Amino acid sequence: MVDLKRPIAELAAEVRSGKLTAVELVQASLDRIAATHEFHAVLETSPVALERAAEIDRLVAGGADMGPLAGIPFIAKDNFLTHNTHTTAASHILEPFQAPYQAVAIERLEAAGAIMVAKANLDAFAHGSSTENSDFGPTKNPANPDYVPGGSSGGSAAAVALGQACFAIGTDTGGSIRLPASFCGVVGLKPTYGLVPRTGVVAMASSTDVIGPLANSVGDAARILDVLAGADPSDSTSINREPDGYVVPASNVAGLKIGLISEYMGEGLDLGIKASVEAMVRQLEAAGATVEPASLPATELALAAYYVIVPAEVSSNLARYDGVKYGYSSPQATNLEETYRLSREEGFGAEAKRRILIGTYVLSSGYYDAYYKRAQKVRTKLIGEFNDAFAKYDILIGPTAPTPAFKLGANAQDPLAMYLNDVMTVAVNLVGVAAISIPLGAGNQDLPYGFQLIAPQRAERKLLGVSQTVEALIGDWRA
Amino acid sequence: MSKIDTAEVERIAKLARIGITHDEATAMAMELDQIVGFVEQLQDVDIKSVEPTDQVTGLVDVWREDTVKPSMDRELLLRNVPNRRDGYIVVKRVMNG
Repeated sequence: MVDLKRPIAELAAEVRSGKLTAVELVQASLDRIAATHEFHAVLETSPVALERAAEIDRLVAGGADMGPLAGIPFIAKDNFLTHNTHTTAASHILEPFQAPYQAVAIERLEAAGAIMVAKANLDAFAHGSSTENSDFGPTKNPANPDYVPGGSSGGSAAAVALGQACFAIGTDTGGSIRLPASFCGVVGLKPTYGLVPRTGVVAMASSTDVIGPLANSVGDAARILDVLAGADPSDSTSINREPDGYVVPASNVAGLKIGLISEYMGEGLDLGIKASVEAMVRQLEAAGATVEPASLPATELALAAYYVIVPAEVSSNLARYDGVKYGYSSPQATNLEETYRLSREEGFGAEAKRRILIGTYVLSSGYYDAYYKRAQKVRTKLIGEFNDAFAKYDILIGPTAPTPAFKLGANAQDPLAMYLNDVMTVAVNLVGVAAISIPLGAGNQDLPYGFQLIAPQRAERKLLGVSQTVEALIGDWRA
Repeated sequence: MSKIDTAEVERIAKLARIGITHDEATAMAMELDQIVGFVEQLQDVDIKSVEPTDQVTGLVDVWREDTVKPSMDRELLLRNVPNRRDGYIVVKRVMNG
């Protein structure tokens, strides 16, 4: 049995040299998905994965170079448009949908030799922090099935933690890669806004949505980003990649100036997480870095601004689900107006409705200036605070979330309490900078938690270099 | 400052074209009022001389050449339409009567 948690670069090199076959890797992945299906990380497996693997093996045997991810099985969050499977965004309204084209991200991974084996569960339309908002039932935390995996890319994070594939891809609108990475004990990378083109991803909030990898190591995440990154003409918000790519060595942290975000270390932070972050700070200092408290005073305002801006964009983006062009259409409707009203009533889950309604409210006549425009001005203030911090520090650090995973159902009746899980992740999205969550330790019930590093826009090379050093300093986080 | 009651939820739901029962609207009103209450702190921020931000990487007016390219397969695009006939999308009547 192949160990899918081995470094991607090694596995791909063995596939390219013929020492290992893509079929063996994909079969190991499918077997592992079947053996751990009770965690409900995956919604659907690809019926063509093995076929594609056999084709790659044939081409390798014929002397072709199949790329840096040759034969590597991966899982895509089910808000990526893909051939050969449904694309549901874990919502009933898209349940029948089969995409007419593939996401650019999927095309790039396949061109690099990777093989999509399955689609991962998520909070419907990526609205949530626990994957409990999936219309098809929650994913369970691999460390303890009574706990949530985080969200919204909870299926992707759990799949990687369970070893169901070598990596997964997800989307991060306000923490949806980093939070589940933290809860499940995997690496989650949120690149600079625009670095990975979003064509073919179900839109949530277009001014903050980004695509990124969930992986077993920082090195793996870097290799995946290296394949995903770079502008595409089909997404006018996409930006150019760094000419030298993202596969970088671990960097020496001696002399590095690091800011520990004070607002993330205060009231409400789990004491075990606090102690681990403080221990990490001492290790970084011992390695020659300077660590000082850095203040981002608008942190709590960022969460308030986020929960105005994002629902506003959600309400616009979800207007397209009208029961006419694709997706669920209510059979009860007798006229066009009812087609809209009933299809959306019956097709959307509670959280999607909640966000559409808040978004419609804050954008409606008389409230636009008081909420949406004001939130966009707070966003400007927040950008100013990050700019000031990055004028002083190379990297900002802190926990990824205030707590480890919570129990299934613990926040289900309290939408606002659920939103507060995002307090340490949303600012990064509003500002568009790059961030990563690395497993730091585990506490009560062996539930993991993450360490967050934040770098300026387009500074992924620096972020990934430092993160590899941090990862080495952490060592075995389960110990 | 309590703002969102059942009637307000029903008004917004109508704008958003989402059917909602009176009981659902009442339950939703309490949740939305709590969320809007939380974002209310935005009202206390001094933002007089601050410009709003809606694009964070500084891109403006990204243009492309207006060239003819092959488009997607028509049948593939129409495959997901819930109700179609002779290559057209069928909708329910627009007016009652």
